[in-house]
Amino acid sequence: MLRYIALRGLLALLVAFTVSLAAFLLLNVAADPAQAIAGEDATPDVVEAIRARYGLDRPLSVRYFDWLGGVLQGDFGESYYWHKPVAALVADRADETITLAFSALAVTIVIAIPLGALAALNPNSWIDRFALGVAVSAQAVPNFWLGLIMIILFAVMIPIFPVSGDDTWKHFVLPAFVLGASSVPAVMRLTRTGLIEVMGADYIRTARSKGFRGWQLLRRHALRNAILPVISVLAVQLGQKFGGSVITESIFAINGLGRLALESILGADIPTVQMLIFVFAIVFVAMNLLADILNAALDPRIRIG
Amino acid sequence: MTGLLDIRNLDISLALPGGSLHAVKDVTLSLEKGESLGIVGESGSGKSMTALTLMRLLPRSARCKAARLSFDGQDLPALDDRTFAETIAGPRIGMIFQEPMTSLNPVYTIGRQMTEAAVARGLLSAREARRKAIDLLERVGISDPENRMSQFPHQMSGGQRQRVMIAMTLMLDPDLLIADEPTTALDVTVQAQILDLLDGLRRERQMGLILISHDLAVVAQRTDKVAVMYSGELVEQGAANQVLFAPRHDYTKKLLAAIPRLDGPPGRVVAAAPKEEEVIAARDVTRLFSSRKGLFGPRREVRALDGVSMALKRGETLALIGESGSGKSTLARILLGLDEASSGDVTMLGRSLAEIPATERARFVQPVFQDPYTSLNPRRRLAEIIARPLVLRGEGDKASRLAAVRDAMEHVRLPPRLLHAYPSQLSGGQRQRVAIARALVTRPEALICDEPTSALDVSVQAQILKLLDELRAEMGLTCLLITHDMAVVHEVADRVAVMYQGRIVEEGSAQTVLAHPDNDYTARLLAAAPRFGETAEDLKVAQ
Repeated sequence: MLRYIALRGLLALLVAFTVSLAAFLLLNVAADPAQAIAGEDATPDVVEAIRARYGLDRPLSVRYFDWLGGVLQGDFGESYYWHKPVAALVADRADETITLAFSALAVTIVIAIPLGALAALNPNSWIDRFALGVAVSAQAVPNFWLGLIMIILFAVMIPIFPVSGDDTWKHFVLPAFVLGASSVPAVMRLTRTGLIEVMGADYIRTARSKGFRGWQLLRRHALRNAILPVISVLAVQLGQKFGGSVITESIFAINGLGRLALESILGADIPTVQMLIFVFAIVFVAMNLLADILNAALDPRIRIG
Repeated sequence: MTGLLDIRNLDISLALPGGSLHAVKDVTLSLEKGESLGIVGESGSGKSMTALTLMRLLPRSARCKAARLSFDGQDLPALDDRTFAETIAGPRIGMIFQEPMTSLNPVYTIGRQMTEAAVARGLLSAREARRKAIDLLERVGISDPENRMSQFPHQMSGGQRQRVMIAMTLMLDPDLLIADEPTTALDVTVQAQILDLLDGLRRERQMGLILISHDLAVVAQRTDKVAVMYSGELVEQGAANQVLFAPRHDYTKKLLAAIPRLDGPPGRVVAAAPKEEEVIAARDVTRLFSSRKGLFGPRREVRALDGVSMALKRGETLALIGESGSGKSTLARILLGLDEASSGDVTMLGRSLAEIPATERARFVQPVFQDPYTSLNPRRRLAEIIARPLVLRGEGDKASRLAAVRDAMEHVRLPPRLLHAYPSQLSGGQRQRVAIARALVTRPEALICDEPTSALDVSVQAQILKLLDELRAEMGLTCLLITHDMAVVHEVADRVAVMYQGRIVEEGSAQTVLAHPDNDYTARLLAAAPRFGETAEDLKVAQ
């Protein structure tokens, strides 16, 4: 088991570095970074000066390994725009995004799992149809549009929550709902089909024959089996929340990593973008690893081969 | 009447997309305390449906009605679901299901599953429940029961899981036990032990027993009354002796005639005159498995096969018998090239197995597996399923493959109109014919059949055994037949090899071994095999 975790951890790092390499190439090949920093109206002299100043005149491979060497020592370089170490910048903004991602995940769980379970326990009933309706609408509605509608409804027309900002917990309610809603369909559907399958399993019939029914049957025999596939999907969804924060944070003006990413992309702040992609990749892979470990902990068939 | 169970005019219908199916028609049954009732019939005859009604476990689409459905004086339909679950299911009526592989929850330990119901109901303390569970596991023949309590279902064989299921049901001391094919997955020696245990409980505690089985020999030995079901109807019912030895209904007579008997003459078409050429030979084959106890426990080695040597001669049927866990299937996997021996070697027509590439191996030997329901791809048509080995080998063109498929289907007596049917449209017997056709399509030298008939009804089993025997006579096919059913061995085998704890302990002609076993273990296997006496007197002696 420990070997398994170590191996998966190593693999995760490998994935993160591969992603960073791809990002590096894309950022540097797609556009001329010096030109982007200098702006469209800059004279060639200025562009050349910037190129020399940031070391952009060196070959790509040298720059990548230079960056990589820094990363291995915990140094992600200095932001072209903020003129601060990128690591400090990211650490400064991480709080907001972590809060947003986890509260969005909580929203997903609170809506999707009970709804999926109710639908599974009463297939083809009105609640099943309602759940399906929720799933279809949540899937069809774009994130930014839902965000704007929520602001109009609950911040402007009925001013319960603030329009934007990130000062109090109230600021996070609408963004978390918007970000969480996008994951509801996938998680709800999986909960529903998983639970339907489990409830039809022979071991549930066995449990019934021992006199278990209702909530007790669900809790003692069905839940753990049904939750296994859901955990994997939740992990992927949590990873996507970090990535998805780019749009939501911009709409609600939350000063998190998503907004930082957007600003640095627009400002061609390559070291910042580079680190953010690296961090998002690590988070994504780490979430998957966590899901695998949780699955192994809950399912003896994985734990004990 | 103070009967334990009284069912009158039970009707069950299933709502299907294309209309409704009348699954059980007008069934009337009764049972006294301490009495045992056998229900026999083919799969789909309504036996299990009738049993599930008593447990309120019918599928949602089923509607049932009965003039009377009472248990120990209580009118069952009058109870609401909650009362039924709290007072009847478990402690009053217990049920053993026939699917041992899937009837236990995969994510919880055996111990938890066995004890939870008794503890949750407040019948026993956790400690008492644990002690009782260990005791029951021991009584159903599970070795090392204390350690087993902390194991998970996937760490056990099908036979062991079935015994756990039986012990688990007995934890709540039910007054009526419904056993749906309880011993189908078990070896004869274990089967006898389990049935003895159930008999004992019946006498000790006046437990009523409903034994659902397609094995008439078991039912004949163990029950007071027998009910025969055919397509949802009860065609015959009465005292066991009378039904089994003086059957009145044609269907019962047909069912009885289909049973392979240890004491009758062998049913072979022509006894083989085996040539000396060895199609497959194993020499001194050993297979070690290593396992770890817990996460960091010490590595343990298990010898699944221990210096096994055997040879399959051209044109013969060799039966390999033994309990589950004796290494039969491991040996089969090695002979098929699906697993590798730790030491020793296997040759096919004199060539070492290791030298023969996988695709070419299909020409030498093909498998037929136990479960025709799960070993065929449900999304492919018969023509595709049977042609698959040829496609994998890249052999022939479309037309020649189709000709080969037709030829194979003819050999196994499948009508050509089924060429484009899906497996779900076939009966169990037809599916097993498809599996055999798929095995024959590459024209292999030998077939390895792993319990090819144990999932089938007796009447179908007789047909498949006859088919295998005819194929041997027609095509000179060599066959290794793995089975735990002595009567099947008697019916079709030329030679027998008996395996015990990874070794072949006895080998010889079928007649000699079955009549005069040399080895103690073989003798024990034979003694435990359920026998179906010729007369009612034999039955009494047997009891």
